[in-house]
Amino acid sequence: MLNGTEDEEKWLAEGIAGIQHKAFYMHRALDSNNLREALKYSAQMLSELRTSKLSPRKYYELYMRAFDELKRLELFFKDDSKHGVSVVDLYELVQHAGNILPRLYLLCTVGSIYIKSKEAPAKEVLKDLVEMCRGVQHPIRGLFLRSYLAQISRDKLPDIGSEYEGDADTVMDAVDFVLQNFTEMNKLWVRMQHQGPGRVREKREKERSELQDLVGKNLHVLSQIEGVDLEMYKETVLPRVLEQVFPDEYHLQTLETLLGACPQLQPTVDVKTVLSRLMDRLSNYAASSADVLPEFLQVEAFSKLSNAIGKVIEAQVDMPAVGAITLYVSLLTFTLRVHPDRLDHVDQVLGACVKKLSNIPKLEDSRAMKQVVALLSAPLEKYNDIVTALTLSNYPRVMDHLDIGTNKLMAMVIIQSIMKNNSCISTADKVEVLFELIKGLIKDTDGADVDELDEEDFKEEQNSVARLIHMLYNDEPEEMLRIICIVRKHTMVGGPKRLPFTVSSLVFSALRLLRQLQGQEGDIVGEEASMTPNKIFQLLTQIIESLSAVPSPELALRLYLQCAEAANGCDIEHVAYEFFTQAFVLYEEEIADSKAQVTAIHLMIGTLQRMNVFGVENRDTLTHKATGYSARLLKKADQCRAVYACSHLFWVNDQDGIKDGERVLLCLKRALRIANAAQQMANVARGSGGPVSLFVEILNKYIYFFEKGNKQITSSAIQGLIELINTEMQSDSTNPDSVADAFLASTLRYIQFQKQKGGVVGEKFESIKL
Amino acid sequence: MLLSLRRYTRDIPGKARDAPRFRSRFVTVKTEKLFSQCRFPLPSWDSRFLLRFASSHNFLIEAFKPACSISIKFSDGKTRKRVPIKRENGQTLLAPLFRNQENIAGKITIEPHQGKRIEHNGVKVELLGQIEMYLDRGNFYDFTSLVRELDVPGDIYERTTYPFEFSMVEMPYETYNGVNVRLRYVLKVTVSRNYGGSIIEYLNFLVHNYSPPPSINTSIKMEVGIEDCLHIEFEYNKSKYHLKDVIIGKIYYFLVKIKIKTMDIEIRRRESTVTGATNHVETETLAKFELMDGAPVRGESIPVRLFLSPYELTPTHRNINNKFSVKYYLNLVLVDEEGLRYFKQQQITIYRLPLQDT
Repeated sequence: MLNGTEDEEKWLAEGIAGIQHKAFYMHRALDSNNLREALKYSAQMLSELRTSKLSPRKYYELYMRAFDELKRLELFFKDDSKHGVSVVDLYELVQHAGNILPRLYLLCTVGSIYIKSKEAPAKEVLKDLVEMCRGVQHPIRGLFLRSYLAQISRDKLPDIGSEYEGDADTVMDAVDFVLQNFTEMNKLWVRMQHQGPGRVREKREKERSELQDLVGKNLHVLSQIEGVDLEMYKETVLPRVLEQVFPDEYHLQTLETLLGACPQLQPTVDVKTVLSRLMDRLSNYAASSADVLPEFLQVEAFSKLSNAIGKVIEAQVDMPAVGAITLYVSLLTFTLRVHPDRLDHVDQVLGACVKKLSNIPKLEDSRAMKQVVALLSAPLEKYNDIVTALTLSNYPRVMDHLDIGTNKLMAMVIIQSIMKNNSCISTADKVEVLFELIKGLIKDTDGADVDELDEEDFKEEQNSVARLIHMLYNDEPEEMLRIICIVRKHTMVGGPKRLPFTVSSLVFSALRLLRQLQGQEGDIVGEEASMTPNKIFQLLTQIIESLSAVPSPELALRLYLQCAEAANGCDIEHVAYEFFTQAFVLYEEEIADSKAQVTAIHLMIGTLQRMNVFGVENRDTLTHKATGYSARLLKKADQCRAVYACSHLFWVNDQDGIKDGERVLLCLKRALRIANAAQQMANVARGSGGPVSLFVEILNKYIYFFEKGNKQITSSAIQGLIELINTEMQSDSTNPDSVADAFLASTLRYIQFQKQKGGVVGEKFESIKL
Repeated sequence: MLLSLRRYTRDIPGKARDAPRFRSRFVTVKTEKLFSQCRFPLPSWDSRFLLRFASSHNFLIEAFKPACSISIKFSDGKTRKRVPIKRENGQTLLAPLFRNQENIAGKITIEPHQGKRIEHNGVKVELLGQIEMYLDRGNFYDFTSLVRELDVPGDIYERTTYPFEFSMVEMPYETYNGVNVRLRYVLKVTVSRNYGGSIIEYLNFLVHNYSPPPSINTSIKMEVGIEDCLHIEFEYNKSKYHLKDVIIGKIYYFLVKIKIKTMDIEIRRRESTVTGATNHVETETLAKFELMDGAPVRGESIPVRLFLSPYELTPTHRNINNKFSVKYYLNLVLVDEEGLRYFKQQQITIYRLPLQDT
């Protein structure tokens, strides 16, 4: 771009030369009163302004040359004794020019004479001119053309007291004209910034700022229209001017004047849009740079805005709720941006909103509802931390005004915000407030139509609540316990539909506390009598018992087993035993579905197997029970599987775990018997073989215990079992079962593999002959 | 539905579609015709030479001068409106203007030179309506031919004046001067002679016919564009315009994704002529009027105001004597920054209101 400026100089020189050259002919035509020639050469002269090569500054120079020439032309036009054409005809004549830019310059020139001649109302001519100027969409050329229009028309506006005053609404016409021209210029000016490649942005911005004055002149003109009284300024001028792009600093500094006018505005004026736009603008401005923030403080922007809004709302009684709330939303956004540290401001806004809402019986308007949601979400988004919001005393009060659906929605927003930011709520007080906020989710609200609930939505909501519970955490067991108690207090009222979702979270939360307690146990033994594991277990029992109301026995059973395991960890035998008892009772009394039974049995067996807290007696009782349940399952296959699973109850691989090989063998033999019976039953019932895979499964158990060194399991027993399976498989009655085949094949391959391993294991397996 | 704009690949200035090249060729042809048939026979090279040569020798001039001068005057010649017509040599001359079914009456004066006697086989005046097709070797087709015998064979010794009148003459077609075709009306006075050739005098006159304002005159409104690229709606206030009318309209931009540089509106005349079995079409751009400068954004509405009076338009002619038609089109042309042209053409009807003959 080195020769850029040089080139520009050259182009400018060429343009000026062009203008001078054409102007010479024009002058000759003017002197000889030749209208036709004058029009021709003036159009040619103005064609020099069609250049796109010049920067605004240079273009301005060129424009000024043409402007001077146009003044001479205007003098000629004015004197119709010289050209003998009426101004009306002249107004048409100039529109014959083929190129738009010269045409419009000439039109504006003649237009000004036309107004002066008073042959047509000024407002009509002005309206026509400002409309026709739309044809120039090129920003720079358009701006200069319109500024020319503003220039020549400024002393011809149909202002009050002016000689061009029309019949009615005359000032309005003047204002309309200036505003429209201003609006269009502004549009062109704004458009400049989007033009051209990005790399010249800086240069372009510089150019734009050079043109700023051109646009601003209109405001100057506007201020000089005498007929504009306060009323009109407020009703018409201000809102329209505000829509336009102004440097934000201006607004900030003139805030008081601006706001002072607002409450006095007519109700018909859409003041809320004006105000909220203003606030949005200001908050964007504040966000743009931290340097400007002191300015806001200096002018006490918040309190001024807040007062203004209060007054506007007071003054305009009929304003719909949505309007008022929109205003509050804007104000809130503003204060969040400008004074993020001033929570009291936020609370103040919310309080004002509550006051407004409390005057309205119940919000029906969905738009208003949306605005309230926006209002409530804003602080959440800003602080990314619900904890802050929880300190706002007015927050829940605003929520109270929401309808049930929206309330839930808002509660979900809150929860999601917590999840998203991973914020941990760590004090009981906050938890209390939080649950107060989301109570829409936690319990049935009066009057809510239960039937209308969408099942999926409900699940989603409750899952969120469950997740939320996990977000409550405090390192202090004492505080944590309080939190749990509060949550329990709130969730317990949730009713049977909600409990299954919340109780498990709560239980696990309590279990976590238990582990936490264990970790610290060394330090605070005996100091805090209130915080013994026993107490927590009591609490847990109570929580789980609440599920009986649902009823959800499967879940309760699982939770009991979890607790039992926790008690095992705490080394409290009688508690663990108690939990197991509860689980078994549930199993016996509540779980009727056979599939659920199978699952429950396996769970119980699994848990029991891991228990090491029990003494022999208790353990025997429990294992005995479990084995008993296993054998009483409905389906033979289930029985078989449960029974061979029971074998693990007698063999724990821990160092001091129980290793009762004999009873293991008993279990396995029993399983074999059941498998056999199942086989026979299948034969009788369907004429075909039953599940060979059961045998393979049992074989695997044999191999497992064989490997683990159970002396009761011998290689010959395994060998026998393999033979048995082979016979079964080859018998005619058996349906070929590829799964079982593959299972067997891989089992045998395993044995083979173990044999090849050599060493102790290899030797052991060597005794199995295949 | 989105009607698509037609698009030229590129606007090549050298390849203008109005073909002014051809026009200049025909100008020469026409000049010759005008001389050969309007006035007296065009002097050949020799005779022109002789004329100059003989200027100092009166007897020679005498020998070659026509034996008499003939003048034709309309009876209402003083009051009748005269309209300038452009001659091919660039001069304009004023010709009297008539309408269909008017009486054409006047006087023809024959004045023998210097007391010469003119022996003739009769004097007659003809009113001819002719269509001349330049592509058909300049042949004439007379669609109107009326004759009045003014004198029986005999001798003229002195200035003689014959009144004539054609009443209620059917002149359904307007005078037209186009690229490939011309329609004209002429009065032809012939003094027939056996020897020395007949003496002929022509007088051109013009015919304009008026139409009342059409009862139905709907606006032209259409959405056009290129899918996902450009989408505009244009509206012209009428579909039928008189010669001094103003086209008012607007172009609304729904969608602009291309960088438009300018938008013009053109008035195009399509003259189609039928010679034998072939149909020839000639299109001229009579007006090119810039509507917009710079790139608009979505939602802009650009005004159109085009005065027709500066342009030399004629009324729309439909199938004149099965020989030719003249139609007018408005062509909206958008040019983008790469020079691509997008255009949409709309036919308009042009008619003549009374008292629009200047």
